[in-house]
Amino acid sequence: MHIREQFKERALKAVDKKAAIGEDIDLSQYDKEAPPPKPLTDEELCALPQIERELLAMAGIDVTEKERGGTFFQKNVGVVHCDVKQEGIEVIPLKVALEKYDWIWDYYWKLVPVDADKYTAAAELELHDGYVIRALPGSKTIYPIQACMFMEKDNLQQNVHNIIIAEEDSELHIITGCATAHTTKRGAHIGISEFFVKKNAKLSFTMIHNWAENMHVRPRSAAQVEEGGLFLNNYICMKPVKSLQMYPTTHLVGPDAVARFYTILVGSPGSIYDVGGRIVLNYPGNRAEIVSRAISNGGTIIARGHLIGKSPDIKAHLECRGLILNGGIIHAIPELEGHVDGVEMSHEAAVGKIAQEEIFYLMARGLNEDEATATIVRGFLNVDIPGLPPQLKAEIDKAIEESDKDVM
Amino acid sequence: MLVIEDLQVELAGKLILKHIDMEIKPGETHILFGPNGSGKTSLLMTIMGYPQYKVVSGKIYFKGVDITNMPINERAKMGIGMSFQRPPTIRGLKIRQLVKICSGNGENMDVEALARAVNFVDFLDRDVNDGLSGGEIKRSELLQLMAQNPDLMMFDEPESGVDLENMELVGKIIAHLLEQEIHPKSTKPIRLQKRERRKMGLIITHTGHIMNYITASKGQVLYDGVLSCVENPREILKCIANIGYEECVRCILENNLRNGH
Ligand SMILES: Nc1ncnc2c1ncn2[C@@H]1O[C@H](COP(=O)(O)OP(=O)(O)OP(=O)(O)O)[C@@H](O)[C@H]1O
Ligand SMILES: [Mg+2]
Repeated sequence: MHIREQFKERALKAVDKKAAIGEDIDLSQYDKEAPPPKPLTDEELCALPQIERELLAMAGIDVTEKERGGTFFQKNVGVVHCDVKQEGIEVIPLKVALEKYDWIWDYYWKLVPVDADKYTAAAELELHDGYVIRALPGSKTIYPIQACMFMEKDNLQQNVHNIIIAEEDSELHIITGCATAHTTKRGAHIGISEFFVKKNAKLSFTMIHNWAENMHVRPRSAAQVEEGGLFLNNYICMKPVKSLQMYPTTHLVGPDAVARFYTILVGSPGSIYDVGGRIVLNYPGNRAEIVSRAISNGGTIIARGHLIGKSPDIKAHLECRGLILNGGIIHAIPELEGHVDGVEMSHEAAVGKIAQEEIFYLMARGLNEDEATATIVRGFLNVDIPGLPPQLKAEIDKAIEESDKDVM
Repeated sequence: MLVIEDLQVELAGKLILKHIDMEIKPGETHILFGPNGSGKTSLLMTIMGYPQYKVVSGKIYFKGVDITNMPINERAKMGIGMSFQRPPTIRGLKIRQLVKICSGNGENMDVEALARAVNFVDFLDRDVNDGLSGGEIKRSELLQLMAQNPDLMMFDEPESGVDLENMELVGKIIAHLLEQEIHPKSTKPIRLQKRERRKMGLIITHTGHIMNYITASKGQVLYDGVLSCVENPREILKCIANIGYEECVRCILENNLRNGH
């Protein structure tokens, strides 16, 4: 039996399996089909309506591709644009890869179990598409590769699966955005992502989400980092969503492998975010850091973090700060698990409000109360992310600026 | 001009400033002495407009305007500025950005050049007050005042925690801020230069070191929330050093009575 058949068989058994955490979504209410979108050339991409280009820009996607090394753009159920400008980097629609390349089976469903829950099962049984981005050994991206999942059809359940591979000694930077058209009111997004960071490779993955108010979002990802590799994972979601639940796991599977997660969340009224990261440190010299900043603006945010130390001479730190601005709930759940002597693990969690004293201090420098508050909030969200290319830092700053208007 | 009339201030339900009268004329700098806990910082915070310092009676006027109930930022806009004794940490906000804010977000403002003057260039990309040493906080506060350039400048213990080398720097910067530098080569006579000073200063000090760098028109002693004053701050310092605050205040009070105050 071909391996794909085995996946399907396992998935079939899990179609009703509830996720370990998060609200259970009745997937039967959503459409799984949509007409395949029309492919767009570079020129047509730039000629998209202003309103759509702005949406994409907010998710970090630049249609002019000026400072981008390549683009993958999927709308609803199919690919509209896929190209790469840089040698040594491959961007391939997943369905093409599944048909044409044998090596894909070394990666597909290798880290995320296909039968983890009903969402992974749906992604196998009703797969729309997704991307494979691979940096060949020794190659380095000059500009980040951009990938976008766009939902235009109302009441769609979008199922995508992505594979990201940084081969030995390569350096790969990806910015990926998810967004919905103004016409999309409700829907579900299921996104599987599997990351492979090989020996001494460096991968940064920056994801910016812009969903609609009645969207349920269930990303399911996992990563594996080999000896001397670095995985930098940034996640930014500052727009309303009905519910978002994810708890990706990263395994450090060689000495001196490093993983760092940075998460910035703004929780609007009516939104439930249950977001965390888990890192397993298996070898000496492993380092892990999970940093999150959450602002509740009336929504509910559960910020999880779980560090598991299984080898001596590892260091891991978890930092979780929450700010309640206009009501809402922030629930920080930091977990540390040391399994052997010689682990060094710590965490720091704080949930509170803006200190009056800080507002007054800025007022004494001439700002009014609202300006002072906005300045402090922007500072709160401004985490230093070492190793991030300037274009991506700029995209994160832009997303934060943009959210100011909503937060205040 | 700053005028304070019969000011009484409560903090956390306790009366901490009693019947304060004070007048700082344009060009004048006053020194404020007083033992720990006597209310010096409280007086500055009240003038700055911190709402937890509750004015229960009396008035504060600045440039002829009653500012007793004015919000902090409006006082700042009118030209009142302060170097804080214990400023808060603001995470994620860079000192560079704060200096820009102080200058009213002036586009062509040269933050680096200002920072060079207080030997602070290396700190511009640090978070505001995060992990700064005592002496570094003072220089950061001065840098902000330089960018703000207010007309009334209040300094809360500008020399505490500052090493000898930086003390000279701090002293000279404060003199510069208060427009007290004398330009011997200027065509204007020194007397005229002095008369043209407009900046007002109010400086809290325990040691008086700052007086080696600036000239002060008056010294005042705050003792248990009550203000008493004599003309010469050096006299006060000598008096405090010799016989202590309690005796000193009594002697000053008697002096003032004899002089018909
Ligand atoms: N939040 C507070 N609640 C109650 N009392 C306070 C509070 N803050 C300050 N105080 C008290 O008010 C009094 C005046 O304090 P202030 O800081 O003005 O003194 P100071 O003269 O500046 O002293 P120092 O020389 O030590 O700086 C002190 O007794 C102090 O303990
Ligand atoms: Mg004080």
